Amino acid sequence: MSYLNTLLFGYYPYIAMSVFIIGSIARYDRDQYTWRTGSSQLLRGQELRLGSNLFHIGILLLFVGHFVGLLTPPAVYHSLGLSTSAKQILAVVAGGIFGGICAKGIYILIRRRLTDARIRKTSSRMDIFILLLIGVQLALGLLTLPISLYHSDGGNMILLSEWAQRIVTFRSGAADQISNIGIIFKLHLFLGMTIFLVFPFSRLVHVWSVPLGYIARPYQVVRRR
Amino acid sequence: MTNLSGTNLDREAGSAGTRPKEGSRNIRAQIGMVLNLDKCIGCHTCSITCKNVWTSRAGVEYAWFNNVETKPGIGFPQQWENQNKWNGGWVRKINGKIEPRQGSKRKILRNIFANPDLPQIDDYYEPFDFDYSHLQQASESKVPPTARPRSLITGERMEKIEGGPNWEEILGTEFSSRSRDTNFGNIQKEMYGEFENTFMMYLPRLCEHCLNPTCVAACPSGSIYKREEDGIVLIDQDKCRGWRMCVSACPYKKIYYNWETGKSEKCTFCYPRIEAGEPTVCSETCVGRIRYLGVLLYDADRIEAAASCEYEQDLYQQQLDIFLDPNDEAVIAEARAAGIPESWLTAAQESPVYKMAMDWKVAFPLHPEFRTLPMVWYVPPLSPIQSAAESDQIGMNGDIPDVRSLRIPVQYLANLLTAGKEEPVVQGLERMLAMRSYMRSKTVDGVVNTSVLESVDLTQLQVEEMYRYMAIANYEDRFVIPTSHREYASATFDAYGEQGGCGFSFGSGCSTGNNEVNLFGGNKKPQRHGGGIPIKIPVKVEPLK
Repeated sequence: MSYLNTLLFGYYPYIAMSVFIIGSIARYDRDQYTWRTGSSQLLRGQELRLGSNLFHIGILLLFVGHFVGLLTPPAVYHSLGLSTSAKQILAVVAGGIFGGICAKGIYILIRRRLTDARIRKTSSRMDIFILLLIGVQLALGLLTLPISLYHSDGGNMILLSEWAQRIVTFRSGAADQISNIGIIFKLHLFLGMTIFLVFPFSRLVHVWSVPLGYIARPYQVVRRR
Repeated sequence: MTNLSGTNLDREAGSAGTRPKEGSRNIRAQIGMVLNLDKCIGCHTCSITCKNVWTSRAGVEYAWFNNVETKPGIGFPQQWENQNKWNGGWVRKINGKIEPRQGSKRKILRNIFANPDLPQIDDYYEPFDFDYSHLQQASESKVPPTARPRSLITGERMEKIEGGPNWEEILGTEFSSRSRDTNFGNIQKEMYGEFENTFMMYLPRLCEHCLNPTCVAACPSGSIYKREEDGIVLIDQDKCRGWRMCVSACPYKKIYYNWETGKSEKCTFCYPRIEAGEPTVCSETCVGRIRYLGVLLYDADRIEAAASCEYEQDLYQQQLDIFLDPNDEAVIAEARAAGIPESWLTAAQESPVYKMAMDWKVAFPLHPEFRTLPMVWYVPPLSPIQSAAESDQIGMNGDIPDVRSLRIPVQYLANLLTAGKEEPVVQGLERMLAMRSYMRSKTVDGVVNTSVLESVDLTQLQVEEMYRYMAIANYEDRFVIPTSHREYASATFDAYGEQGGCGFSFGSGCSTGNNEVNLFGGNKKPQRHGGGIPIKIPVKVEPLK
């Protein structure tokens, strides 16, 4: 099975990241008309207000949590006085809270998308697929919480962050780090990379367009020929 | 808030024209519109021709860039004028600055996951079509077959149609519903529910192409812009990301979210026609000849101050003060220096819009209290004399009837057009009555009655010109539209580059061909026509006996 492990956790990350970046650039360049949030608030807004807010806040916090948690070298948080097991507990508690917020939101969004006739009929297959994919990924993430609590020494966490850090720094042996890790973790990793893979082909591209520049922009925009 | 005059020129800012000197005026030109409500017969030709040209596509079936409402009424979408409900337009803060009523930039971004002020499609209406094919394919029966409605969103049967772009046509629906019209403010409205006192008028509505548009200000991606050369407000369909803040920001609710493409769309002022010197489709096809198009010169540096003035009732005068006299030598010289072509200056001097808004002051902006400085103006309608049967009691003001005895309350018109200030509307109506009186005595009695003109402060020359423009309304008087000068934009317009191009298309240049597969967005977006949900009814065919 080691070849599969190497393929999925040694090479697949690079494939996914390449498609993510090149695909996003290609879509932005070739087909900006399709680059949008794809909001369905106009068609049915009541449930969406709560669902969308919870989902977005939850998933943004989870993203930041994963980014910082996976990529911070142990030496850095040790020097800040945070032991491995304390970081593990912090990760479980924060992940549990953020995951709970996000789960409540995505539950509302999935139910709405599948059961409301207006939303269902105007959804593309990718709209439904990406929502379910994130939903399953979130469920897997929440399932890792009891396992992590059971192994509160932080061993899994160290292996996972070592894998992530080797991947982003192009060091060899990343896949070997996690060859013996639990199947739920492996599925979570695989789906996580898959989300990046399908990102440019879904409505998720709107993430790139976070309009932070709006704050600094003058109110009025005038274009000259 | 900085720089409301919008010198934030986008990436397309080219080399055209030179900026005016610091400290001087920042002169720009805009094509404005006036609608003479006195002559609107409510035929909806403008709406239908606009619909056929611009919004006969999936996703915008419910969108009417132009619609005609019957007033008094709550309009389309429901209660669009009620900004306590929708939070459209601008609000003046205690510090004298204005910001969108829906909130500061930070607040708009905080609401980006779900816009709390966004209308629902049911506030417009659920788009529908009828099962017409059933009329031909139904089997023989004793009762004639009917074509029942079907939703264009879900394709499912609709038992009842509950709204439309002119649901209150000719005072349809009960008075208790219609009288939620905000223009009844400061009016004891109960008496107008009585049959003897009822009144009505038509109000055709389109995008106002404002000088201070809230839609532009609220767009987080900066995709909405005002064109410097003619003032038309457009949405860059490639840059729009579907954050849908513009829909709620526009107090006239004239931006529509296309639920099929996920982009917002709006009235384009038929810019391809305007550029060619032709009137917009709604103006061209108006059978009542009520629409006028013409150039207005204005000082862009005064926009912010005018829109921020303290009292709402001053906004009408403030906007008048922004407009510049196209016959003033200094204005002409500065306009030339600002790069405004000669043909535009000539057009500004002959502009019917300038004459009606500035010279005769018979046209007024729609809801100036929204602080958007709208550029589609309205001539208020005259109406029959109230209780004319008791003719002794008609109040007369010299040779013309007292406008306060007209059936439509002046306060109602003032609430619609001047933030409730009656005097300008009274003067406008009196001038129109005086014009009628003067022309009647001239053509019927053969008497030139100048005393009626003195009472409304008009000269003979002016009133005869008014008659020509407003009563005769010749095509060439109504539409004075200079062609756009693309040759001035040589830096951005290269004829060789256009060779073999596709003209107007939905993004992606020419690549939106016949390929059914779209790598990036599920189904290929339709170019035009098609793409809706085809209505198929299972038909049981029985052999004839």
